[in-house]
This record gives sequence, C-alpha cells and structure tokens, in this order.
Amino acid sequence: MAIGSGVGIVESRLARFATPLRLRSGATLPGFELAYETYGELNAAKSNAILVCHALSGHHHVAGHYAEAPQNVGWWDNIVGPGRPLDTNRFFVVGVNNLGGCHGSTGPAVVDPATGQAWGSKFPIVTVEDWVTAQAGLADHLGIAQWAATIGGSLGGMQAMQWTIQLPARVRHALVIAAAPKLSAENIAFNEVARQAILSDPDYALGKRPERGLRLARMLGHITYLSDDQMADKFGRRLRHGEYRYGFGVEFEIESYLRYQGDKFAGWFDADTYLRMTKALDYYDPAAACGDDLAAALAPAQAQFLVVSFSTDWRFSPARSREIVRALVKNGQDVAYAEIESQHGHDSFLMEDAHYHGIVAAYLKNVPT
Amino acid sequence: MTNTLGRPDFEAIASWVQPGESVLDLGCGDGALLKLLERERGARCWGVELDPANVLAAVKNGVNVIQGNLEQGLADFEDHAFDHVVLSRTLQTVRHTQGILTEMLRVGREAVVSFPNFAYWKNRMAVMAGRMPVSDDLPYQWFDTPNVRFFTIDDFDALCIEMGIVVRERMVLDDQGNLVAEEHNFLGSLAVYRIKR
Repeated sequence: MAIGSGVGIVESRLARFATPLRLRSGATLPGFELAYETYGELNAAKSNAILVCHALSGHHHVAGHYAEAPQNVGWWDNIVGPGRPLDTNRFFVVGVNNLGGCHGSTGPAVVDPATGQAWGSKFPIVTVEDWVTAQAGLADHLGIAQWAATIGGSLGGMQAMQWTIQLPARVRHALVIAAAPKLSAENIAFNEVARQAILSDPDYALGKRPERGLRLARMLGHITYLSDDQMADKFGRRLRHGEYRYGFGVEFEIESYLRYQGDKFAGWFDADTYLRMTKALDYYDPAAACGDDLAAALAPAQAQFLVVSFSTDWRFSPARSREIVRALVKNGQDVAYAEIESQHGHDSFLMEDAHYHGIVAAYLKNVPT
Repeated sequence: MTNTLGRPDFEAIASWVQPGESVLDLGCGDGALLKLLERERGARCWGVELDPANVLAAVKNGVNVIQGNLEQGLADFEDHAFDHVVLSRTLQTVRHTQGILTEMLRVGREAVVSFPNFAYWKNRMAVMAGRMPVSDDLPYQWFDTPNVRFFTIDDFDALCIEMGIVVRERMVLDDQGNLVAEEHNFLGSLAVYRIKR
C-alpha cells in the first residue's frame, strides 16, 4: 500500500491559450486548451513545482479522485501525495493532458472552431517538442518560471528529458523513467501494427468509433508492456474452462485478459488520439538534429538527471536508458541511474515497488524547493 | 554515511585529486568518497555501484551514482573521460583483473587502486597458524568472502611491470591506518596505488 491516504479529492481545470501555436509538422493551431490538475501548494517563490508528463494513454488525472467519481483514482496515485515520493507536503505537483489527447485538452475529440465540428482525423500530428511548448504555456499560466523537476515514464520520460533540451533554463531536475532517447525499428514496428489495426477497421473510414481496431491495438500494446516472466507467472497456460474446446473462443486465461483489456480500452479511448500518441513516440529523436549524437543533443541541458530502468522492460530496455546516462556522463552532467529488479516489464514504472519508490523519494528529497 | 575518519586511503586519494578534476569511483558504495572529494576538492564525481541498497544510499547522499556491473566492463564510458578512476578495496573481488585495470586506464587519465595485502605479516601468521586471515582489511570468513583474487604488494608490482603500468605514487598502511615506511610487503595491510599508462 502507498504511504498515507493520498491527495484526496481533486478537480480538473482548463487553461485557455489564445495565441496560435505553430507545430513541428508545419500546421498551426489557432489556439488551444489544456486540461490540468494540481496537488499540493505552490510556494511563494514558485520554485517547488513538479511537472508530471504522461505516457501513451495517460492524462492529467495523475493523483487523487473526483468528488463525483471516487473510483476514478489518478493513474500515478501511488507516487503522489503527502509523504509519498512526489511529496505534496513539499512540492506543487502538476499533471497535464497533452495536446491531441482525449481527456479535455484540445485534440481530435474537441470541436474545431473553424468548422464547428470535432477535429477527428483532421487534427494535426503533434510531437514531443510541441507538447513541451504547450506545457511551457501552462507553466507561464501558473506563474512557474522554472520547474523544480519534470518527471515521466515511457513517453512521459521523453517529455521530461525534452524539457531539459528545449527549455534548459526552465527545469532544474529531470526524472526520466523507463524511457529511451528514440524508438528502435522494433518499437516503431509495434506502433505501426497498432495504427494499422485502427486504420484498417472499416468503422474508422466511416467516421465511426473503430472499436475493433482500438481493441487490437491495445491487446498488442499490452503484450509489449508485460514481461514473459510476469505473463508466465500470472497466466501461464491456465485454461478458462479446464479443458481444450477446440475452437476460437476464449480458452487460455491470457486470451481472456487481453480481450478484457482491449474491450475496456476500446470503450473509452479516442482512436485519433491513439494514432497521434504513437506517431509522437516514433518521431521523437532529439539526437537527429545533432548528427545522431545524443550527447550533443543533451549538451544544452542545465538540469540534473535521475534515470531509472526496469530489468524486465523489453519495450524500453535498460540498455536504452544507459544510452541516455552515457551521453550525460560524456558531457560531464549530473546523473544518477538505477536499474530496478522488477518482473512487471515496461509497466513497472506504474507499479508500487519499495526500492523503486525509495530511489525516486531519495532523489527528490535532495531537490531544493 | 560511511565514516571517512579512519579511512586514510580516502585522504591519500583526496590529496591526489586537484580542485575541479573529474573522478569516477568504481564500486562507490554509499558514495562517501565521492562526497568527500566533492566537498574537499571541488571535484566532479561519478560512481558505479552494483548493489541496490548501496545505490539507494548513494542517491540519498546526492552523488552521481550509476548502477552497473564492473565485471561487464566500462563500455558506457568514453576514452579519457575522467582525470581519475578509483577502485577502492575492490580489485581483489574482480575476476578480470587485467581487464579492469586496462579499462580504468582507458577511461581515466590515471587511476587509483587500493587492495588488502595478503602478505601482511599478521595474515602470514594466521596462515602459519593454519587459518585464513580475518582482519579490518580482510573482514570476511573464507566461506563468505567476495574476494576472488588473493595477491600481495609484490604481486601487484610485478603485474604493473608486465602490463606496462607506471606507478606514480604508492601509499602503504598497517592495520591501524598508520603509514608504513619500509618493508611494505611485510608490514603493509592495505596498499593504495596511483597508476597511469
């Protein structure tokens, strides 16, 4: 169990930005809105703020629950709260839904003021760099000139790192967890299969919710988030009905689990958001602009880093995190790196593990507010 | 945090590090040496540590600790990335002795190596009496020791010659931490070497 009772009841807020935002793709958003939540108190110097960046299917509801929906607990509640690693007694923690998301920020599900209709598939492609630009708008809105820290896992870790490159003076510490400096061909391949599942669903072409495609995309994703060990442990070859039925219904427990996860996801996540999140992952490659030299890309960073990886994460393996560490050390930059023994694969970053949380807590204790 | 008093090898290492120089400590434990070098010498420090509890302790101490296995080499570090590479009381636990020395002198301009001298007279006495030595510098029983290489000051000198390693300075201490001026291989319990290519 996580320490303490957490942040309790929270509220989702919306920040509006009237200035047009030029995106990396060349497209321009005439203005935009970001849904966000905050936990803890911003101090008088506005120097104790931590930005939590979300991953593929995440959002701004990081911690606590809504008064009207007590079951809807934030996706990283176990790490945020009084006495928890992101200690809201010391820090002002900000969660934000990224541009292109489907939880209240400007994205495919939101009405395009120019047409009066939902953006849908017309919503432009957004990148990690665009997200950082938009998040900087939120920081300005909240009066935060410099984050005490940016933190995220997976795609969120990429944003936490991108902050240090793109706006180096605005972040003192970056906690980059279960991330990679860019996707491998294998990573992109998985994303492409997920996208094709959605794009080839006839409902998508008809402008309807492509539930079959979303379901497949999520099932595939789930396989890559877990580890072989964990699947063997949790499901093995266990059967639903105790015997083979020689058909294509649910027989193995793992099938049941994947279908459940797929159905659940297909019921609420926006397909156009999913497509865009995976593209943002694929495009992210800060070293590309520096002749594929990651150290050169990270050279402008003024932040200190904590990099964390997990032993059974094969989607973004420890070796990928070590690429980041190697580049930082080459530059003479401050970095601590922990490789956590965990059986939960890529999903480990969301799990409550005493050693993992101990490392994050110990690191943040030394971050001055 | 490890008490650095009673660690005269730390003081020797600190005296060899010039202000602002960069140091990589292999097997840095809780980061006590790095903390000392940052505080006393204004050094830029990184450490490598395998044990998760030590990594956590080092993070608590606010040092740049990188979790990794020395047996897998120092491939994550560039050539001549550091002014000093330190291997404190650890060489005897590393299986690939020549490999680690070569790697240290690849990534560092120079290196510091400290190790217990198995030819220390008290150790010889223990063996004469029929038992493997146990002391402050050799604190383990034979059946639970992490040490896999058992060697003496004279052995290490011979290896340096064989590998073309230059000994810049050497400090030898007895089991009370006092400097040993002569008969190093007989009177020394712990040796601290400053070496380069």
